[in-house]
Amino acid sequence: MWTPELSLALALAIPAIGGVFVALLGKHPNLREAATLISAVLLALNVAYLVEIAPGHPTLELATLAPGLHLVFRLEPLGAMFAAVASGLWIVNSLYSIGYMRGNNETNQTRFYVCFCIAIGAAMGVALSGNLLTMFLFYEVLTLSTYPLVTHKGDANAKRGGKIYLSILLGTSIGLLLPAVIATHFLAGSTDFVAGGLLAINEVTPMVASVLLVLFAFGIGKAALMPVHPWLPNAMVAPTPVSALLHAVAVVKAGVFAMLKVGVYIFGPELIDAAPASDALAWIAAISIVLASVVAMTKDNLKARLAFSTVSQLSYVTLGVMLASPLAMLGGALQIVMHAWGKITLFMSAGAIYTATKKSEISDMAGLGRYMPWLFIAYTVGALSIIGLPPLGGTWPKLFLMQGAWESGHGLLIVALVASSILNVAYLLPLSARGFFAAPEEARLKKKPPMLVILPPVITATGVLVLFFLIGPLRDYLAPVFMSSSLAAEAAS
Amino acid sequence: MDMLASLLPAGVAVHAPALIVVIPLIMAALAAFMPKGVWAWGITLVTAIAVAVLALNILGQVSTGGVISYAMGGWAPPAGIELRVDMLNVPLLLLVGIVGLLCVIYALPSVADEIAKKQQALFYSAFLVCFAGLLGVTITGDAFNVFVFLEISSISTYTIIAMGAGKDRRALTASYNYLVLGTIGATFFVIGVGFLYMATGTLNIADMALVLEETGHNRVTQAAFAFIVVGLGLKAAMFPLHVWLPNAYAFAPNFVTAFLASTATKVAFYALIRFVFSVFHPEVSFVAMSFTWLFAVVGVIAMMVASVQAVFQTDARRLLAYSSVAQVGYMMLGLGMGTAAGLSASMLHLMNHALMKGALFMALGAFALNFGVRRVKDLAGLGQTMPASSAAFTVAGLSLVGVPLTVGFTSKWYLVTAALERGWWWAVAALMISSLLALAYVARLLAAIWMENPPAGRDGTPPATRLAPWMVLAPMSVLALANIYFFFHADPLVGLARAAANAVMGGN
Repeated sequence: MWTPELSLALALAIPAIGGVFVALLGKHPNLREAATLISAVLLALNVAYLVEIAPGHPTLELATLAPGLHLVFRLEPLGAMFAAVASGLWIVNSLYSIGYMRGNNETNQTRFYVCFCIAIGAAMGVALSGNLLTMFLFYEVLTLSTYPLVTHKGDANAKRGGKIYLSILLGTSIGLLLPAVIATHFLAGSTDFVAGGLLAINEVTPMVASVLLVLFAFGIGKAALMPVHPWLPNAMVAPTPVSALLHAVAVVKAGVFAMLKVGVYIFGPELIDAAPASDALAWIAAISIVLASVVAMTKDNLKARLAFSTVSQLSYVTLGVMLASPLAMLGGALQIVMHAWGKITLFMSAGAIYTATKKSEISDMAGLGRYMPWLFIAYTVGALSIIGLPPLGGTWPKLFLMQGAWESGHGLLIVALVASSILNVAYLLPLSARGFFAAPEEARLKKKPPMLVILPPVITATGVLVLFFLIGPLRDYLAPVFMSSSLAAEAAS
Repeated sequence: MDMLASLLPAGVAVHAPALIVVIPLIMAALAAFMPKGVWAWGITLVTAIAVAVLALNILGQVSTGGVISYAMGGWAPPAGIELRVDMLNVPLLLLVGIVGLLCVIYALPSVADEIAKKQQALFYSAFLVCFAGLLGVTITGDAFNVFVFLEISSISTYTIIAMGAGKDRRALTASYNYLVLGTIGATFFVIGVGFLYMATGTLNIADMALVLEETGHNRVTQAAFAFIVVGLGLKAAMFPLHVWLPNAYAFAPNFVTAFLASTATKVAFYALIRFVFSVFHPEVSFVAMSFTWLFAVVGVIAMMVASVQAVFQTDARRLLAYSSVAQVGYMMLGLGMGTAAGLSASMLHLMNHALMKGALFMALGAFALNFGVRRVKDLAGLGQTMPASSAAFTVAGLSLVGVPLTVGFTSKWYLVTAALERGWWWAVAALMISSLLALAYVARLLAAIWMENPPAGRDGTPPATRLAPWMVLAPMSVLALANIYFFFHADPLVGLARAAANAVMGGN
């Protein structure tokens, strides 16, 4: 029987079983890739069903560790949304991985695909988690399973990057996030995600909430709020499919998603609003947004530039949480979706350029758009979406965030958002201009890029366009989550 | 539990508390006369199995029938020697019995490699004496008897540590240092017991507690407290009385290190709890003061200083030895909270730490067995050449850091919760900083094992995969998997720890 509980379990089981098959089929590359693709499609179908049933909050108890400590899945719209983004893009990214890994003759491909499966499974675990303990568990699994992917190349540079990656992510999670989780359990007697906010219901004072909020904001290192962001640029030593799916979608989005979920279900908007720390954190997020954009301008390496752009864009979500108004939080949630589709397009483009030309510096990429027009069009669409121009998906989160900032009396923060969009134009579009209009250095490409690295970014670019028009249903789906108790009462009267 | 209680025929079960000490002692004598090491090992194995079964049976008896009081030789306490089992020392009996059994299985290949053939039988004999001593300390209800068994275990420990000299002669100085310090510790302890005898006129622990409750405390009992804490603290490697430990662990035979790290300091720590909580009372003012100003402070300093020292060690076993000192700090901190939650967290970590360190030292022993490596940098590439042992090492290492999916996480969870309950935010911070330091030193080991390439052979060929013998792999895997199993089923261990804390703190 296809029950909600079964479906929840399958979200974890499909990637896990897929991983086993990938490992077993290591000697037969075509079958192995088929296993990845089949798992990805099955997972996406399963998640589509989960999205459908999310408003009913199906629950699945995985294990009881000790009295009061449970591993639980509890579905809600935000988690369903994150799961849908991650699993949907996994299909596209798997196609792209095949093209990229084969096109660049990468070694240890079986390990690569197995770790990918585990990482996606962990992302599902984060998305579906019903309490902080479960979320923390899968959050750590996600860190550990992506470490071999980051250090995939195995050279000194990759090891160095991997070391920073692991020490910052494990360090912040053990040093700050874990005490925050335990303190929450201590204060509230559980770590369940509850509508209206677990800590708010348990009447935690704003001062204590402030301390916890700071611990969470920096403890969730995957959200890359400055100054705990350096792991992200350093993770760019990974092969590009990893950067694309994990460091633009699954891992970083798991971070900001966790932040959002903690904000909505652990603190609740009223408590965040009452906590003195939230204003300061909102400003830190705004500073992150602008500063990371400025740093991105200075980078000539395309992936490094995109990485700092991600740092900047992630802080939009944190900002949305800290502003604590329904519109700003909705903007943050939408940013998870829209930025994922836009940024994965950009990363896949960077990888496609590298596969075709072995070029990674923007200054070397003059005229390449003439040889790969579709790719550069896809890149430009993705970039415009990140900038926030209609009719592309990236428009909505920025709009809602600005409205939310105004609504919650932080009009000044709008300046930061506008400044960031202008900076986005300045660091993302030069590549398009250079690609199409500058004179190429070589008469033709050394190597024709495989179809499988061109097609996926084109697909996601189309997705970005489609998402612009899907805003109505998306908003209706997510909005109830942010109707805090008082607002719901208002709406009722 | 009923099943465990009926594990042995009633006639044997009645005498289980005595048998669990007497069997290893008799077998020790027998083992000494064996002409071949393997035969002595056989005797040791049979003994260890018997002890494990007896320990399980005693657990069954205590959980169904309550506290067992066994009058040795039929002489009723307090005049005679009492063996007494309650929920506080049952976990220790189980720990020594079961981890001891796993270590003994592991011993055969490891000892064959490290100890000269002629000495093997004597080695096993000395080990059995140590085994009996530890069980004796755990089970006896008589204060002077604790001293006797403590010395029995210590003297034999000096011997078996010194037998590491076959591989590295520094084992002799390590053992000698331990002998000097251990004797000082034992002397302190016996002076303390003497003072208590002076003040109470009895040597029975339960009786002492009763008398002290009536007469109250005076300078003599306060001095006794100080002497006993220092004496047992030295045995338990309480910072800064731990200086004997790093070298002893680093140069002893691998089997001995694995066994001592998971049992010996734990038993001494148990004895400390027994005296502090059962003989003295946690509500007596100077005892309560010692919690906050001695145990907690010393615990936190150990967690910091020893962890930092661990980060900079070059010898892998010394690194883990310093880590052990730091981990004892966690237990001291839990004890220092002076609450039931703190003490149970401490007991939980005591058991969990035995699971971690047992597996870790066994894996280091396996590396030494196959490749003769002991320095951190020599661990390079073992992930490729000894994948199974490396995997076990990794699981236990992550557990030491406190990563979820391992018991280390459970330990930390309960310790932090207990600290929050006590309102000790600084202790939470200390726990987290210490975890990060643990991450730093474990990462060094794991990075060497997994991220480096193995050194090439003389002719440039990479060394082939070498599996450790199954007698090494099996117990190591059991311990490593236990680290994961008891994360998902924390109930049994947490239950034991809670019951232990309640046994001495009252309440339920």
